[in-house]
Amino acid sequence: MTAASVTNEPKFLALLFSRRAVLIALIVFVAIAGLCLLATLVAPADPAKMSVRARLSPPGGDFLLGADAFGRDVLSRLLFAGQVSLSIGLGVAALSSVIGVIIGLMAGFFRKLDAPMSRLIDAMMAFPDILLAIALVSILGGSIVNVVIALSIVYAPRIARIVRASTLVIRELPYVEAAVALGSSTLTIMVTHVLRNILSPIIVQATFIFAYAMLAEAGLSFLGVGLDPTTPSWGTMINEGRQYIDQAAYLILFPGLAISISVLSLQLIGDGLRDALDPRLAKDM
Amino acid sequence: MARYIFKRLIGMMIVIFIVLTIAFIIVRLAPGDPAALMLGPDASAEDAAALRQQLGLDRPIMVQYLSFVGNALQGNLGESLFFNQPVTQVLAGRAEPTIFLSLFSLLIALVIATPIGIYAAYRRGSFLDQAAITTAMLAASIPSFWTGLMLQRYLATDLGWFPVSGYGGPDTGFLERMRYLLLPSIVLGIVNSALILRFTRASMLDILGEDYIRTARSKGMGERRVVLRHALKNAAIPIITVVGLTFALLVSGAVVTERVFNIPGMGNLVVSAVLRRDYPVIQGALIVVASLYVLINLLTDLLYLVVDKRVKY
Repeated sequence: MTAASVTNEPKFLALLFSRRAVLIALIVFVAIAGLCLLATLVAPADPAKMSVRARLSPPGGDFLLGADAFGRDVLSRLLFAGQVSLSIGLGVAALSSVIGVIIGLMAGFFRKLDAPMSRLIDAMMAFPDILLAIALVSILGGSIVNVVIALSIVYAPRIARIVRASTLVIRELPYVEAAVALGSSTLTIMVTHVLRNILSPIIVQATFIFAYAMLAEAGLSFLGVGLDPTTPSWGTMINEGRQYIDQAAYLILFPGLAISISVLSLQLIGDGLRDALDPRLAKDM
Repeated sequence: MARYIFKRLIGMMIVIFIVLTIAFIIVRLAPGDPAALMLGPDASAEDAAALRQQLGLDRPIMVQYLSFVGNALQGNLGESLFFNQPVTQVLAGRAEPTIFLSLFSLLIALVIATPIGIYAAYRRGSFLDQAAITTAMLAASIPSFWTGLMLQRYLATDLGWFPVSGYGGPDTGFLERMRYLLLPSIVLGIVNSALILRFTRASMLDILGEDYIRTARSKGMGERRVVLRHALKNAAIPIITVVGLTFALLVSGAVVTERVFNIPGMGNLVVSAVLRRDYPVIQGALIVVASLYVLINLLTDLLYLVVDKRVKY
């Protein structure tokens, strides 16, 4: 649980890419994210432009990945929808990390808070993620921000649990004791001495949460209880394409592939980061 | 040991109490009047006032909370707004397909994942090992509803190997109903096997490095016997743990899979409840499922005592 390896960049990168799968995953993920980010430049058509004649055109010709039931270009929609899906994943990874770090640090640092906060974490983790997310989104409403908030509440306990456990260990180390003796404030100790040294497991977990959040968003949108159907995400595209599955399976094939490839890449990157940032955490999993 | 069990029971009760509190708060997080929200935009002010009174929303929040917790502890989770029936009754009426779907898919996941996980650990680093890990990661990356839709389209609609969707009519016999669950269970089983495979492999790797395995080998015991009798027996504990952990995953998966295959289970009920703004049902489902999760995890911990004589609390 040291941050030393983060500062030693060449060694860190060499470790990270020592497994070729991690390098490939990173290239694939950056390519997908880059294409989605530059959708306005690279998309072959306007994602909202409808054409009755092009309805359900199979992949090929003018429509590389086909056209949907309104004659809209699937590839262009996929690129723009990717912006939404990836932003939700990133947003959830960031927000759940912030919430989880605050809860975990407090639970690990203040003995009196530990028991109630740990029980709260246990209780939150007792709810299956999709079920809790459904309940939260149904109450908050299906905007992008609300989906991010709901999923962050669902995933924050995972970060909190890791942060708490690491804080409990670090809190007892001599240099923390030294900082206390030197008169550092509690906040300074928590941020500069504890948080800085537990960044590695947080980053690793946040990468996995990025992946889970994308899957969860897709699930919520598929169920029709996530994003507003007019907001294109990979999940809503599958939901829309579902009714045409017998005539045009490609309508759900491509968004499904986009989700799966992104999630797989993120999981591989997360595995690679875990091994590279903290060899002691490296498991044969 | 009695003290340990007592401590765990107290801990479990505290967690269930917090679960109830969270379920209570969630519905009150809604901006505006929950009654108006439940009735939708077309409701009149009188209707909203009547519902507020029916739900006790006109009383002080602490009184509402205490009566909610008191009722829940007595097994009263309120009334469904849509069915006009007690929530417990509505949930119980939908439990059968969800329970069997979860059990079958867990069974399928165990049958697929345990032998592969053991073999992958035994032949660590081999092609089969790599292939197994990669496939497991892939299975965990594909949205389960997507696998469901694809298999439904090709195996059920096109090839006709399985019923396409539903759970049969009211007169359908038990075995026929179970036939409807086959394909959904396979879909959910594939998804869940990923976690079990990784877990089994990791715990087998730990065990294969233990001294007693080396001792068994050095005594000249056959490999088959070493793996199946010495290692597998000790891998039971981690496998029990993972079965407890997959519960949450199974329920999440069941919600989505029931929707794909139009199975009238608890998952489908919850999604419909969201669309109908039937908040007592959503709340009730959250409480039942979370409490079951807590209970199952306590039971798996206690099972250790039975399976492994070395574990002492």
